[in-house]
Amino acid sequence: MTKQFLLDGQPVPFDDGQTILEAARKAGHYIPSLCWHKDFPPHGSCKLCVVKAAGRHVSACATPAKEGWEVESNTPEINGERRGLLQMLFVEGNHFCPSCEKSGNCELQALAYEYEVLTPRFRHFFPDRPVDASHPDVLLDFNRCIFCELCVRASREIDGKSVFALTGRGIGKHLVVNAESGQLGDTDFSATDAAAHICPVGVILPKGTGFAVPIGERSFDVATIRSKTLKESS
Amino acid sequence: MSVLPSSVVASLDDILLRHRHQATELLQILIQAQQIEGWLPAATLTHIAAALGLPRARVEGVAGFYSFLYTQPVGRYRVLFSDNITDRMLGNAELLDALCRKLWIEPGHLSEDGLVSVTTTSCTGLCDQGPAMLVNGRAIGQLSHRRINEIAELIRQQRPLELWPAEYFQIDDNIRRRDALLGLDMPPGAALQAAVARGRDGWLAEMQASNLRGRGGAGFATAVKWASAKNAPGAPKVIVCNADEGEPGTFKDRVLLNSFADLVFEGMSLAAWAVGASQGFLYLRGEYRYLLPQLEAVLARRRAAGLLGTGILGQAGFDFDIAIHLGAGAYVCGEESALIESLEGKRGTPRIRPPFPVTKGYLGRPTVVNNVETLAKTCLIALGGGEAFAATGTAQSAGTKLLSISGDCAMPGIYEYPFGVPISRVLEDCGASDTQAVQVGGASGICLAGYEFHRRIAYEDVPTAGAFMIFDGTRDLFDVARAFVHFFAHESCGFCTPCRVGTSLLKGFMDKLADGHGAQADLADIDWLDRLLKNASHCGLGSAAPNPVIDTLQKFRPAYERRLVSLDFEPAFDLDAALAEARQLTGRDDSGAHLKTHEEDEK
Repeated sequence: MTKQFLLDGQPVPFDDGQTILEAARKAGHYIPSLCWHKDFPPHGSCKLCVVKAAGRHVSACATPAKEGWEVESNTPEINGERRGLLQMLFVEGNHFCPSCEKSGNCELQALAYEYEVLTPRFRHFFPDRPVDASHPDVLLDFNRCIFCELCVRASREIDGKSVFALTGRGIGKHLVVNAESGQLGDTDFSATDAAAHICPVGVILPKGTGFAVPIGERSFDVATIRSKTLKESS
Repeated sequence: MSVLPSSVVASLDDILLRHRHQATELLQILIQAQQIEGWLPAATLTHIAAALGLPRARVEGVAGFYSFLYTQPVGRYRVLFSDNITDRMLGNAELLDALCRKLWIEPGHLSEDGLVSVTTTSCTGLCDQGPAMLVNGRAIGQLSHRRINEIAELIRQQRPLELWPAEYFQIDDNIRRRDALLGLDMPPGAALQAAVARGRDGWLAEMQASNLRGRGGAGFATAVKWASAKNAPGAPKVIVCNADEGEPGTFKDRVLLNSFADLVFEGMSLAAWAVGASQGFLYLRGEYRYLLPQLEAVLARRRAAGLLGTGILGQAGFDFDIAIHLGAGAYVCGEESALIESLEGKRGTPRIRPPFPVTKGYLGRPTVVNNVETLAKTCLIALGGGEAFAATGTAQSAGTKLLSISGDCAMPGIYEYPFGVPISRVLEDCGASDTQAVQVGGASGICLAGYEFHRRIAYEDVPTAGAFMIFDGTRDLFDVARAFVHFFAHESCGFCTPCRVGTSLLKGFMDKLADGHGAQADLADIDWLDRLLKNASHCGLGSAAPNPVIDTLQKFRPAYERRLVSLDFEPAFDLDAALAEARQLTGRDDSGAHLKTHEEDEK
């Protein structure tokens, strides 16, 4: 007999070692995430996948499912916390969706629609984060970084290059590239790297093309992030 | 790429060689490399990365994480004022301003000639002799205007630190009350001998009988931790002494390391004997770097006495030695998995747990991380037996506890009490009067108001890592909470969204109130942030960060409300309606008998 736990009252089957997030999505229940990626071990930093398991808040991406657990996810309390976390990510960086090439393909933006982020709620931090246009094929716009470290992990583990890393601490944490000059153009980064295509927001952008797909016809314009994610997980 | 002078390259290569070009030594290498020029120029990081075979970005990532590593030039004299609330209460801000005025510099900015920079740092663990500062890593306590004048003159004259008056660097233990631990006079090796005589299993059984719980605050059973590591597969096993005493208001480990280092190291050896570990680390917070030479001397003495090394006390297979690793200004490294990351030469980011360090710790090996005081206490158990130890203290809290007492009292310092001592007794002993509140357990602990002073120091009532900060009737508890909120925002590692952004937002709200722009809605937002931080944070730092605000909002709410521009308060109670009965009794119902119209007539 397969083991199962209850997600918002619905039974969800799981295999030993499977996380709450993986099991839920496989069974057709959506739990949001930004830093989680099927190709890497869980990171657990964005906290969008927060759920209440047996009364305790945990990251669904990093918590192995347990037989008989009652897990709350799609509740006003948890969704309110997710909305708050999204608002935090918005005010922390400089996100101007209307002028962003990633608009419509951006997971942060899509989640903001999904969780009804209608206001920034908090004061904006307006950090000073200059862009890096030194690379011939790729532009880095650090203003939109959400510190999911997907580029860091992809470059290190798939590309074998370690082009990206985080430095600084706390609210001063920021992305740097692997060059003394601090310029992407001085690294061995290539537009064909896995890391060039993994950013869930609009930090790592290809040069020489822009708005090839018109706004209104982009991924999250035609399908919600919920339905897209569930389709990919099934 | 910029080119390093050959003399710098030679010094760097010497440092790298001493650390055998090990990537796990990266933090130690950076700390030493910084000694060469006082900071870490870009070319230095490039050189170190190349020598260790690490991506440069990773080295930059580590260098940027720790407060005491500088990737921008700092003064040849680097002055850091300790900025705990107890330092603030003793007037550190005024002293900092005075020093800056005398040196013609702005706080936080390097002087134009590169001579000096002055700024603040988190609690330096000298709350019993504050206000305190660190000058190029050396601690100076008992700052006064006179001392500040002298220091300004010494800096202007560019007098080397070694030639400054020795009494500046005199750090007192201030032990005010001794009990079992601080009263112990043990020849080095006596406890270890007793434990070895019992055999590894017999010794672990004594530990189990003792009911010793971790003195770092969490109170996990020490013997359970040791047994888990002992039974976990993987080797060589590791014992870590957590001397990253960063909790604001705590300084007991400073005293233990200064005057009882043998007990601490002996405790590590006792743990190694029980667990079967061969490698030991003492993780010493950067603020206590001045203790390093004497600690190394104690280790050398213990090696010479056969208490460290191979075949300890003639026991074949009892091989254990201890290395001291320095921190570099990061409170979060007190969290055991962040500490292990730091030991491995990485950024001090807490890991996802499970797996816990006892099964997968340092380099994936079973690792025991114990507090300084916990380890010292194991000597008592080895000497007197587990049952005798368990008989002291309270039912769930065996033994004694060291309290670091500071703030508004006549005799700040270290007090050792059996567990179960009431707060009121402690206040009486240290000469506190007109006490309004006590912050027990540091910034992440609990704020107790007067009506709670009957409560007891024990895991089952008021648990604590040892900080005990006293605030009398003249203090504003809002200022206290705000200082702690600033602390957490400064010390957040930035890994998870709620703590990285939430602590900064909370700081913003507290500053808004302090600046006189608060509104009732802000209190609601503060409340919401408190809950999110508590619920969704990745580690204990984030979930403890709102504690000072939660407690003071509940117990000292007027301190917040008097700062609100708009109270937006409409009472449900209707005073005019409540007067209806009186009107009826007196037979009056004219306008003068109604509250509203009466008030209008008065105008």
